[in-house]
Amino acid sequence: MAVKATKSKSKRASKAAKSNLQASGEELLQYYREMLMIRRFEEKAGQLYGMGLIGGFCHLYIGQEAVVVGMQAAITPDDAVITSYRDHGHMLACGMDPRGVMAELTGRAGGYSHGKGGSMHMFSKEKNFYGGHGIVAAQVPLGTGIAFAQKYNKTKNCCLTYFGDGAINQGQVYESMNMAALWSLPVIYVIENNKYAMGTSQERASAGTELYMRGTAYGIPGEQVDGMDVVAVRAAAEMAVQHCRDGKGPFVLEMMTYRYRGHSMSDPAKYRAREEVQKVRSERDPIDFVRQLLLDGDHTDEAALKQMDREVKDIVSDAAEFAQNSPEPDPSELWTDILVDA
Amino acid sequence: MPIQVLMPALSPTMTEGTLAKWLKSEGDEVSSGDVIAEIETDKATMEVEVVDDGVIGKLLVAEGTEGVAVNSPIAVLLADGEDASAADAVAAPAPAASEVPASAEAAAPAAAPPPAQSVAAEPDWTGPTVTMTLREALRDGMAEEMRRDDSVFLIGEEVAQYEGAYKVSQGLLEEFGDERVIDTPITEHGFTGLAVGAGFMGLRPVVEFMTFNFAMQAIDHIINSAAKTLYMSGGQMGCPIVFRGPNGAASRVGAQHSQCYASWYAHCPGLKVISPFSAADAKGLLKAAIRDPNPVIFLENELIYGESFDVPDDADYTVPIGKAKVLREGDDVTLIAHSIMVGRTLQAAEVLAADGLNAEVIDLRTIRPLDIETIIESVKKTNRVVSCEEGWPFAGIGSEIAMVVMENAFDWLDAPVGRVAGLDVPMPYAANLEKAALPQVEHIVDAAKAACYRT
Repeated sequence: MAVKATKSKSKRASKAAKSNLQASGEELLQYYREMLMIRRFEEKAGQLYGMGLIGGFCHLYIGQEAVVVGMQAAITPDDAVITSYRDHGHMLACGMDPRGVMAELTGRAGGYSHGKGGSMHMFSKEKNFYGGHGIVAAQVPLGTGIAFAQKYNKTKNCCLTYFGDGAINQGQVYESMNMAALWSLPVIYVIENNKYAMGTSQERASAGTELYMRGTAYGIPGEQVDGMDVVAVRAAAEMAVQHCRDGKGPFVLEMMTYRYRGHSMSDPAKYRAREEVQKVRSERDPIDFVRQLLLDGDHTDEAALKQMDREVKDIVSDAAEFAQNSPEPDPSELWTDILVDA
Repeated sequence: MPIQVLMPALSPTMTEGTLAKWLKSEGDEVSSGDVIAEIETDKATMEVEVVDDGVIGKLLVAEGTEGVAVNSPIAVLLADGEDASAADAVAAPAPAASEVPASAEAAAPAAAPPPAQSVAAEPDWTGPTVTMTLREALRDGMAEEMRRDDSVFLIGEEVAQYEGAYKVSQGLLEEFGDERVIDTPITEHGFTGLAVGAGFMGLRPVVEFMTFNFAMQAIDHIINSAAKTLYMSGGQMGCPIVFRGPNGAASRVGAQHSQCYASWYAHCPGLKVISPFSAADAKGLLKAAIRDPNPVIFLENELIYGESFDVPDDADYTVPIGKAKVLREGDDVTLIAHSIMVGRTLQAAEVLAADGLNAEVIDLRTIRPLDIETIIESVKKTNRVVSCEEGWPFAGIGSEIAMVVMENAFDWLDAPVGRVAGLDVPMPYAANLEKAALPQVEHIVDAAKAACYRT
């Protein structure tokens, strides 16, 4: 059974929009569940932060869930993913264990980095997730280098390199695009345009706000995508991934999305009106969107969705419990993993 | 009056070159801008143009002559109406001062190159050795490791087709192809991050910085991305990578191109920092660095690329990272140095010996991890120590050595730890000021004597 997504609001007629906007009920249910998992996880993380169980910086992904879930739907487990410090959603989408992620947020031994990385620094070689990087845009050349290695090793894989509308103005983004185009590297630059780089709106930071055009000077094709529509995201991702697999080099996808919460937990949110956030929540919420598609298409019913919500909540509660009960790292961890024994 | 054509200086560090080929013959008419010869420098083969019009009267240096000093006459150009006998007059070995007043001084041989230091191969090495330059040893070290492991590749500016801005990667493109010897755009921040990403994937990049001055554009990736990821990932993901290139002052290249980064990088956990002097150590340590699973900073020195040393003739010869070497045994004072300062320190030890002081000279070779054991063992013997480095004094390697000695051998000291370092100023351009800003042999001698309470 297939559903045609009609709510796509790309400002620009997307090639992708004309191709694959069909998702089966089964696929929609899966995306719904994955997005819900990220949202509930992030809500719980926000709670734990408020309780003083998570320290330092904590950047929540609420509102942007359709981007990672749609992108992930277009790649295989052998492809790689790298992103910035707003990384919890990406890790869950990669299939990393919510317990290990939450326990890293609480700085416990059971965390992915044994408590030594924190919210911003987690990695999983097994899931091909390469972090978790705290310096804005540093992940862009790193992801380009991962694509370099994929090509060097003669694989057909690609690297999803996520960054925001703030990172787009860092010089290293363009250094990377130049080399990626020059050497036809299989990297997809996914710009998550959530409209604000910390407290600076895109209009105040970027001369020329059509960010998907930023690779044009290097001959890199770009598409603007409704990042609140998981099916549109997947369609665009499939096209970009195919472009990479065909050896045609990099691709830019600008995901128009929105973050509901502050930049980090200590964000006074003076730079935007409460009504603006409310409007997006009520009119463009990516989870509500899929929920509506599921119900309109008779793929499920309210009771089944409620049941799914309970299951997801249980997994998140279990992760939170694990994260609170996992012991703090042994003091000896202080001195491990500085260098590999030669 | 006939005009002398002089051997030109074609790089900041060139003191002599090979006259590879004459493109004009005696009797040929030339005009300004014509290429008359090809000269091989320490870095490249360059064409020489004449700057005057005239007829080639005499070629003074035969094709293929090596070691032609900068500023020595290589040809004589005749102006209109002059005949070949005029050329003979100019070219005579000892021309009368009145005949060539302007060029007499210019034709004097340029400052002699620093004397080549002869450092024995590793004491435990009993096999055959070959004599080669530091430059060749670095190239051979990389080539051997690239033959041994397909995941090793070289990336940087001008490393492939140009064969290295300082000719270090000669022949590598030809042997390994452009998938493994990769010319980058001028984009240090970008290509360093790219190489680190490739390292996360298990490749073993060797990143050449044309000089370490340019690596400041990339220092975020060296420290934040390469050095810290192993720790931040709880040991899941490391970065086996070598960052190498010339470090420290070259010659007359000014403040932005002349500084030592040893203490900058040695400050950071997660990095190893190597700074060798001899070609044998450079080759053995570079090979060890490439095989090492961690990020390694490999600081070379342009001024000694052309110096020759004996190097073990064995593709499996490596030098352990983290081991200093006692180059000269002595019991009066310990002199500790690395890189180019090792040569000056050995010279200082000779001067001191003539004065009856027997200095022990330690070549650190690796800065981090520091070989504290070798330092302390020596201090317990000599009871006096002077650290010698080219970098700035503040928070320099000498500061660390002084602290380490205090922590480990305070009761063995008979004098305060001495420090020889570059002056605490940006590098000036003027020849006299530059020389004054850099530590010389006499500074080491003075500091050693002070530590021994001798004047």
